[in-house]
Amino acid sequence: MSATTATAFATARAEGRAALVGYLPAGYPSVEGSIEAMKAMVDAGCDVIEVGLPYSDPVMDGPTIQAAAQAALEAGTRTSDVLRVVEEVAATGTPTVVMTYWNPVERYGVERFAADLAAAGGAGLITPDLTPDSAREWIAAADAHGLDKVFLVAPSSTGERVTMTTAACRGFVYATAVMGVTGARTTTSDLAGPLVARTKATTQLPVCVGLGVSTGDQAAEVASYADGVIVGSAFVRTLLDHADDAAGGLAALRTLTEDLARGVRGA
Amino acid sequence: MSQQVSRYDADEQGYYGGTWGGRFMPEALVAALDELTAAWHDAMADPVFVAEFEAICRDYAGTPSRLYHAERLSQQVGARILLKREDLNHTGAHKIRNVLGQALLTRRMGKKRVIAETGAGQHGVASATAAAYFGLDCTVYMGSVDTRRQALNVARMHLLGAKVVAVESGSATLKDAINEALRDWVASVDHTAYLFGTAAGPHPFPSMVRDFTRGIGDEARAQCLEQYGVLPDAIAACVGGGSNAIGLFTAFLDDEDVRIYGFEPGGDGVDTPRHAATIHAGASGVLHGARTYVLQDEDGQTVESHSISAGLDYPGVGPQHAHLAQTGRATYRPVTDTEAMDALALLARTEGIIPAIESAHAIAGAMEVARELAAEKGPDATVLINLSGRGDKDMGTATEWFKLGEADDETGDPA
Repeated sequence: MSATTATAFATARAEGRAALVGYLPAGYPSVEGSIEAMKAMVDAGCDVIEVGLPYSDPVMDGPTIQAAAQAALEAGTRTSDVLRVVEEVAATGTPTVVMTYWNPVERYGVERFAADLAAAGGAGLITPDLTPDSAREWIAAADAHGLDKVFLVAPSSTGERVTMTTAACRGFVYATAVMGVTGARTTTSDLAGPLVARTKATTQLPVCVGLGVSTGDQAAEVASYADGVIVGSAFVRTLLDHADDAAGGLAALRTLTEDLARGVRGA
Repeated sequence: MSQQVSRYDADEQGYYGGTWGGRFMPEALVAALDELTAAWHDAMADPVFVAEFEAICRDYAGTPSRLYHAERLSQQVGARILLKREDLNHTGAHKIRNVLGQALLTRRMGKKRVIAETGAGQHGVASATAAAYFGLDCTVYMGSVDTRRQALNVARMHLLGAKVVAVESGSATLKDAINEALRDWVASVDHTAYLFGTAAGPHPFPSMVRDFTRGIGDEARAQCLEQYGVLPDAIAACVGGGSNAIGLFTAFLDDEDVRIYGFEPGGDGVDTPRHAATIHAGASGVLHGARTYVLQDEDGQTVESHSISAGLDYPGVGPQHAHLAQTGRATYRPVTDTEAMDALALLARTEGIIPAIESAHAIAGAMEVARELAAEKGPDATVLINLSGRGDKDMGTATEWFKLGEADDETGDPA
């Protein structure tokens, strides 16, 4: 049985720090290349890996993740490849969750996806365009297979919706720091802190903050009030910037991970 | 008007038949969609709002549009063909009703900026028009492939004071323009309204757009009874996203004797990969916030659609149409590019009306239905077609398709 996100967050908490959650889309620059990249992030200090399932219509993603996801699809990445990436990365012992828009799961078959994800050692699913009030089928399948159900809360969420959402989550809660799409930002959001506080008031689950974090300093700031710091676009940007230099890309990915890992330790 | 209009209507969560529609959206937009739902319910229950909407549609957009007996076309098929002349509305299509309704609601909600997506530019032009009318700031997202193909519509939007953003992502067409508009909306939702262009998308858009376009069918039903003393035997409309179709169909849903037909863009043919016949050839899925029929591959990735008519070129369809298809209340058939262009030429030559290529799909399909009905019921059979838009915008396509524009060598006068 693979590591759970609960264990990873408990370990980080015991060390008096936040967890570092790193995202990359499966299939960029290739299926094998994405596995290597995620393993490098594990080696360099990510506590949880988010494997993105590339989708043709990613409405929550900014240009950086869109570009990598589109390249992954153009290279022929399939849902079955994503599950293979999960299997390889989860085998490192680091909890591995999938982040996906809903239609590919519905198309694959919700129960079948949950079964295959669990069999691959995946810890669960983050669903950016599926809220708990539309998720009856997924909740049932996740419960049946013991998978994390990570739903999002946003600065615009009402108190009632935050309560409803965290009650439906297992594993952790994803707090979107800004009103906007994914992408690195130069300043951290002043909306994130209050959102985390509102969210924590409703749940014992770890609350992670995503959207916009790209440097160790920003990670340190977010780590001061959140249980986990989610970084996506900055990792993807690093790979995109080394499109013709795989070794250089992996090295840069390690450097960035180490910087962020120092950040979540408040250093 | 926003109350349950028939048993074919959505439930409170926006599901038709318990399955189709709904709201598959980022949490960040849920508060805004809830706010919009409440504002729409409140507005539709307010006689002042409803009266103002009707007055603007009448005085500014020119509704009710006429119901016209196309006699020469009728002779060709042996049944009575009636055309609902939405092509004569201001800006040349039914779409003005939807944008005036949504823009009026935007003003009521106190928002100052609107965004919209557009394919060929018709909804973009309509949105820019409504924004100008109400003094709202307007940004239109349009695929970069389309901004090049439809430069004239970009110019019209600019003239009307709108900003036009060319979308390069994905396939750089309508679906990607919707994605980009949604991305804008996530970041701007506190002061911006999204004027959705068709009866698709997350709840409440399918039902709300239906409410703003259902005047088409309400008028047509009353006009048909008044002018001919009967209801039509069949009604017909083209279906891309499906706003003109649902606008026509709604008034007739409970008239079980009235057959309802939607004609989908069959492109090069539904046995080829190049079409946009979503109901005929798609599978259940979630696209742009609603569960509906979607053109998609085995992995649920959206497949690019094709139609000669940019306004129908969309890989999804409004969820109420999915429900009407599943229940059998409406019948959806594909019409190819060639069949639509033939119908466009036929209507031009027999009636002196150049329809939009979108509407030509309805003409083509309805001619076939009229022949079937004439065989069954005789010459009194009546088919009512929504002529959803005029064809001026399509003259470039028509010129190329028919190789028009060369002066004739002879006068053609038999004398």
